[in-house]
Amino acid sequence: MLAIRGLKKSFVSPEGAQTPVVDVADFRLEAGAQLALRGESGSGKTTFLHLIAGILAADTGAIEIDGSAMTSLGEAGRDKLRAAKIGYIFQTFNLLQGLTVLENVMTGMAFGPGVDREHARAMLERVGLGARLRHFPRQLSTGQQQRVAVARALANRPKLVLADEPTGNLDRKNSIEALALIRETCRENGAALLLVSHDEQVLAQFENVRDFADINAAPR
Amino acid sequence: MILPRLVYRSLRQHALSTLVTAGSIALAAGLLMAVWTVKAQSQRAFTESTSGFDAVLGARSSKLQLVLNAIFHLEASPGNVAWADYEFIARHPAVKTAVPIAVGDNYEGWRIVGTVPEMFTQVELAPGAKPAFAEGRLFTDGAREAVIGGFAAQKLGWKVGQTFRPYHGLNYDPAKQHEEEFVVTGILAPTNTPADRVIWIPLKGVQTMSGHDPRAATDVSAVLLQFRAPTAGLMLDVMYNKQGDRLTLAYPVSTIMADLFNKISWFDRVLALVAYLVALVAAGSVLAGIYASMSARRRDIAILRALGARRRTIFGAVVAEAATIGALGAIAGFVVYLGLWYGVAEVIRAEAGVVLAWGDERSVWWICPLAMTALSALGGIVPALKAYRIPVAESLAPVS
Repeated sequence: MLAIRGLKKSFVSPEGAQTPVVDVADFRLEAGAQLALRGESGSGKTTFLHLIAGILAADTGAIEIDGSAMTSLGEAGRDKLRAAKIGYIFQTFNLLQGLTVLENVMTGMAFGPGVDREHARAMLERVGLGARLRHFPRQLSTGQQQRVAVARALANRPKLVLADEPTGNLDRKNSIEALALIRETCRENGAALLLVSHDEQVLAQFENVRDFADINAAPR
Repeated sequence: MILPRLVYRSLRQHALSTLVTAGSIALAAGLLMAVWTVKAQSQRAFTESTSGFDAVLGARSSKLQLVLNAIFHLEASPGNVAWADYEFIARHPAVKTAVPIAVGDNYEGWRIVGTVPEMFTQVELAPGAKPAFAEGRLFTDGAREAVIGGFAAQKLGWKVGQTFRPYHGLNYDPAKQHEEEFVVTGILAPTNTPADRVIWIPLKGVQTMSGHDPRAATDVSAVLLQFRAPTAGLMLDVMYNKQGDRLTLAYPVSTIMADLFNKISWFDRVLALVAYLVALVAAGSVLAGIYASMSARRRDIAILRALGARRRTIFGAVVAEAATIGALGAIAGFVVYLGLWYGVAEVIRAEAGVVLAWGDERSVWWICPLAMTALSALGGIVPALKAYRIPVAESLAPVS
């Protein structure tokens, strides 16, 4: 489902030097699989996810998602592929504060296959927010906001869900609940899940855990 | 249809900025529409307000002064015309109607004009309609009676039977009241011409008013003329203006007023320039308002991009937001326009008796709002470009 070969990305440091951040020779994730990557802050995990999502363009290498070659696409093509096949859950939720809960989920659908109001409503009911459709994010708790983010990421029925420290802003109880919800909803929707975290308690919930340092050859 | 929803939510999120910017657009749109229509309508109204006459014969002076004095009752009379000159032009075979007028008195600033009954029986003050009486009847020639224009009657609150004593001169001076008392016998129905602002009395009333120069008791201030054919005007123009040196024939009246508007066209251009500048400033305020909010929106835009929105979608959303502000402002601009138009139209009616036609120049009703919307959309391009260039990854903090 996700296949990566020879992926490299470097940034120019303030001193002008090329600094490699991601150097992944080979990485695969099967359809419906759930994998957690362990990595410390600054290890390049977010850059790795951004490359997979097409938010960043790779310097070299190939990323294939559900048969589509992300790295051969231009920016607009990557945007389209991301909207159609990838759900992204952020640590800080990244909800649009000016939109209601329902509108946030529908906005996620708008750039993909299209807005399906009933499905958006069903997703929010699935994450326990059926009674909060017209609320704005600021009117919700952090745990509820993360639930909205989960509903938004899965509303397009993506093939792959990327989760970047999704429980980093939650307390322990909410963290466990949110993680369980992410895993359940991915399973229900047949989406593969690639989660990155440095939190051992989060990682302990996964059967499959790999160290990001093992797959990323870029020097730290 | 997520774009309209995003635009709507963004406008609501920045409601104060939206209101202020739309308000400036409304002022600009209202000013533009008012300048455009009032200019065209007043030019048309003044050039068509000939009160049914082709020409004015008066003392040697500028043609414009004669027309303003005799037709619009605005200027001072440049001098007198001897009765013999009136009789000569009245008997001229090319002249259909000759109506003498005498000015020199007022009632609390409302001009009193002496004339003959033919003014109300043979002339159409407004095209297609002879003067009609809303109340009462025409004065009896030679009697101390008066007919009052509709607008003056309304402002003075006069009815038939009202008596008054004129004041000497064209400007109101309480110390200069005449002894003679006149009684109002009729009130003219509105003609939407300068005649509505006049208190009409018999010619003899002005000529023989106490305090007036008895040597000029048979003189008139001007003679209003209708010709049997347009060629008469050209012939008399040569006779009075080119060969003669005592009198001036102002002909044709409408052209003389058009010349006046041409002479003051620079003022129109200045007004138009001011209006265009205001429109540009308003478009600039759209640009500045949205541009200033771009830093605050940076994260939202990055989120939209992360969700799959393309750069051109973001660009379009910002331009659409700017255009929407422009459209809202342009719609609100009609309120400003109506206020300005009625204000100016009332002033022109009160000062000159000329009524602007509301329905003229309707094209401005759609051209101006469209132009303001387009201008605002143009103003939105700069912040849209900024939004277009926002780097997604950098703006989606934090990074792990």
